[in-house]
Amino acid sequence: MDDLIADFVAECREMLEALGGEIVAWEAQPDDRARLDSIFRFVHTVKGNCGFFDFPRLEALSHAAEDALADVRANRRHADPALVSAVLAIIDRISEMVAAIEAGEEMPGGDDMALIHALEPGAEGVAAPVAAAVVDGTIKSSSAPRTIRLSVELLDRVMSTVSDMVLARNELARRLRESESDVPVDGAFERLSSIIAEMRDAITRTRMQRIENLFVGLPRMVRDLCAELGKQVLVDIEGGDVELDREMIEMIRDPLTHIIRNAVDHGIEKPAERLKAGKREIGVLAVSARQSGNQILIDIHDDGRGIDGKKVVEKALSNGVISKEDATQLSHRDQLALIFEAGLSTAQAVTAISGRGVGMDVVRSNIERIGGIVEVDSKVGEGTRMTLRVPLTLTIIPALTVSIAGQHFAIPRSAIEEIVRANGESVTLEHLGGAGVATIRGRRVPEVSLATILGLDSTVDEQDRRLIVLRPAGGDVYALSVDRIHDHEELVVKPAAPAVMATGLYAGTTLADDGSPILLMDPAGIAAVGGVKLEVQERTARIAEGPTAAISKATPVLLFRSLDGGRRALRLAVVDRIEEVATSNIKKAAGQLRVQLGESILPLAGATASEIAGDKVRLFRLNDGSHEIGYAFAEVVDFATIEHDIIHADQPGEVSGVSLISGEPAELVDAHWLFANHVGAMPQASEQMICRIPRDDTWMQNMLRPLVEAAGYRVVSDESEDKADLAIAAKGEKVAAAAHTIFLRSEPEPAGKKDESIYRYDRAGLLMALKSVAGARK
Amino acid sequence: MNELLLVVTIAGERVALSAAAVESVVELESLIPVPRAAPHVAGLSALRSRVLTVIDCMRSLELGDTDCSDGIREAAVVELDGHHYALIVDLVEDVVEARSEPLPVRAAMGEGWERVSQGMVETDEGPLLLVDVASLVAGVEAKAAA
Repeated sequence: MDDLIADFVAECREMLEALGGEIVAWEAQPDDRARLDSIFRFVHTVKGNCGFFDFPRLEALSHAAEDALADVRANRRHADPALVSAVLAIIDRISEMVAAIEAGEEMPGGDDMALIHALEPGAEGVAAPVAAAVVDGTIKSSSAPRTIRLSVELLDRVMSTVSDMVLARNELARRLRESESDVPVDGAFERLSSIIAEMRDAITRTRMQRIENLFVGLPRMVRDLCAELGKQVLVDIEGGDVELDREMIEMIRDPLTHIIRNAVDHGIEKPAERLKAGKREIGVLAVSARQSGNQILIDIHDDGRGIDGKKVVEKALSNGVISKEDATQLSHRDQLALIFEAGLSTAQAVTAISGRGVGMDVVRSNIERIGGIVEVDSKVGEGTRMTLRVPLTLTIIPALTVSIAGQHFAIPRSAIEEIVRANGESVTLEHLGGAGVATIRGRRVPEVSLATILGLDSTVDEQDRRLIVLRPAGGDVYALSVDRIHDHEELVVKPAAPAVMATGLYAGTTLADDGSPILLMDPAGIAAVGGVKLEVQERTARIAEGPTAAISKATPVLLFRSLDGGRRALRLAVVDRIEEVATSNIKKAAGQLRVQLGESILPLAGATASEIAGDKVRLFRLNDGSHEIGYAFAEVVDFATIEHDIIHADQPGEVSGVSLISGEPAELVDAHWLFANHVGAMPQASEQMICRIPRDDTWMQNMLRPLVEAAGYRVVSDESEDKADLAIAAKGEKVAAAAHTIFLRSEPEPAGKKDESIYRYDRAGLLMALKSVAGARK
Repeated sequence: MNELLLVVTIAGERVALSAAAVESVVELESLIPVPRAAPHVAGLSALRSRVLTVIDCMRSLELGDTDCSDGIREAAVVELDGHHYALIVDLVEDVVEARSEPLPVRAAMGEGWERVSQGMVETDEGPLLLVDVASLVAGVEAKAAA
């Protein structure tokens, strides 16, 4: 009997969840027969089951609702707002009762008769709804695929068995390699391998759930909020079919609810105010989800009054969250980001809906706890956009493996800002009273040694170690020195035992490919144990965002296979990120291939129209600081460094030269040429002047340097004592004395007749200048 | 049906663990240390695709260290609050049936033993000390916090 009741409760809950959106949609379109039918079906099912289980109150309620809805179905009655509200009230009561049954508690009190009377035609007492909410067509009724219910525990067991199977396969593979190879056996093994891989994929998918489950309750919630606040809001939901780890959905439920409550309560104005401001009476709240790489982006956009950055700053000042000096230096974005600090609420008055102590700081910390990010953007009078970026699953984390004294550890990639060598060109390491201070390109960063923190004896000299610059969630950066850096891996992370977590250093455990356990470090924990003082976010001295400068001869590159099968390498610093786009987003327009990414259209390199095949294309998003282009590729091979000499190509082109990378030759893609050819022609009259000294000028280091080197120069940093024949600097920049100086400007047209600078993508002009200087010396 | 007990040797002493709590007995091969963890946490090991937190019972009882240098160690695998632990013991002997309920030990035991004791049980092989697995895993709280 208990099993049957549990099934009944589960079934009701599922239907109730699905129903939330249906009812509101039905209210907006009372003639929608399909929605009416599904609501009718729900009360009918409840009624049927109640008779069986002997829940008389539930039966009376569902029976009354069924009768009323049957009248509507038979066209004896019209579905008016009063009826909708009455049905909603009944469904709410049913859900309360179902919850009570599930918890084994007493039925909630309250007079059911009042609810039943409210159903009668012409009944009063239930307020007519004020708001209308419409869901777009994405939530379809009743055509759900066939499903069964499984316990998560069982799924986990299957998952762990599959993991075992993968390990067993790996072992078998090793044995096979060692023995004489037998072609039929190898073939059979290959097949087994691919089946196991497929199975692992499918099992992983079982933990995924459509984000629709999270979105489906939103229209109803907004409707109720609207009724309470006297506002009118239209909810527009998109991307409900994006899949997300089940647990992750639960983790973002509260933050999302909070953001939406805020948007309706504080963001969207009352109808009269909106009309006065020249907007439509009905506010629009758009919620959308999309997948980008291994992240899910959830956008919540309202067209309300927006957030006034200045007011936020005033509030922050009066609450002592920031100091006066800091306040003057905040950018618009930083000002808005203050809403995530504890103790700030911009609402004029605390209402029952939001601003009751649970603030945006809790939203941020909840999202960051699962490795996500929350961002805000807003324009006064136009609206606010909140973006949640969360990883696809809780359990798979991209990480970097490092080692200390031979033992491996993993560090989550999301916290890593850059990796430098302790004895690199622009890195120095000093000790002040025993505390480590690393100076990385003129910036002082506290340094701690992982070996010291862990109490291990490192065999590597301090100067030969690598420094990992880490930024723990919400904190300031620090450098962590490790012996060696190994690999970039996607790790399946499991929670560690309490005795291990008690150290505060670890975030979990994981298994390496060979089956041995690895500890995943917690960057914030290391800082705490290491005694690094992480102040509240350092606002004024942020690292320049964007690509990292190449700082030593060992330039980090991304090794990949191009669409035509070539082994190529791109300097890591120019690669912003990797995107996957549908082939349909790639079009030939205005003389070259272009790709649409979100709301921007970028030139696409690395492919010809005929090479674009299949449904999806993966591409690098390259960034030179002011322009972006896409570069299509087949697969990423590895991260590597250029340690050998580069043999430069004779002809300028997409490939600037060849070098041995990871033991095999690879073609180096000339990013300067790419940008010169794909964006060089674009006018950019309103471009801002860029004034940077070459040593930490990322563009010059990564784009210009190969070109200059190809022209036969040796490149030294601007702090070098060597007597220079030529100095290159951004236009308007001061340079040390040199025989010749070339100034570069970033706009194609010269500023005036006296302007002798060269446009930075004027490849011919640059080469000419380089040649003429070289010629003058001879 | 009397409770089954797993007889193991810890620090040279024969004691009993509740067999129901023990999932399996394994031989640990590799041991990955966990720096800065409580002293009785000997490290991590992998059993199939599960990570085991390895507990050195001797250190948990403050009776010295188990010598892990010779590589292979016998351990009893237990599950506690969803985490799997391997308890390193000197020797796993046998499974016996309990002939009595645990009775209090009235003589004074060593401090470590006192902390993990669940009492004395009679078996066919004479009286044995019944050891509480959770207390072994918890180790010395005060030290773990340090």
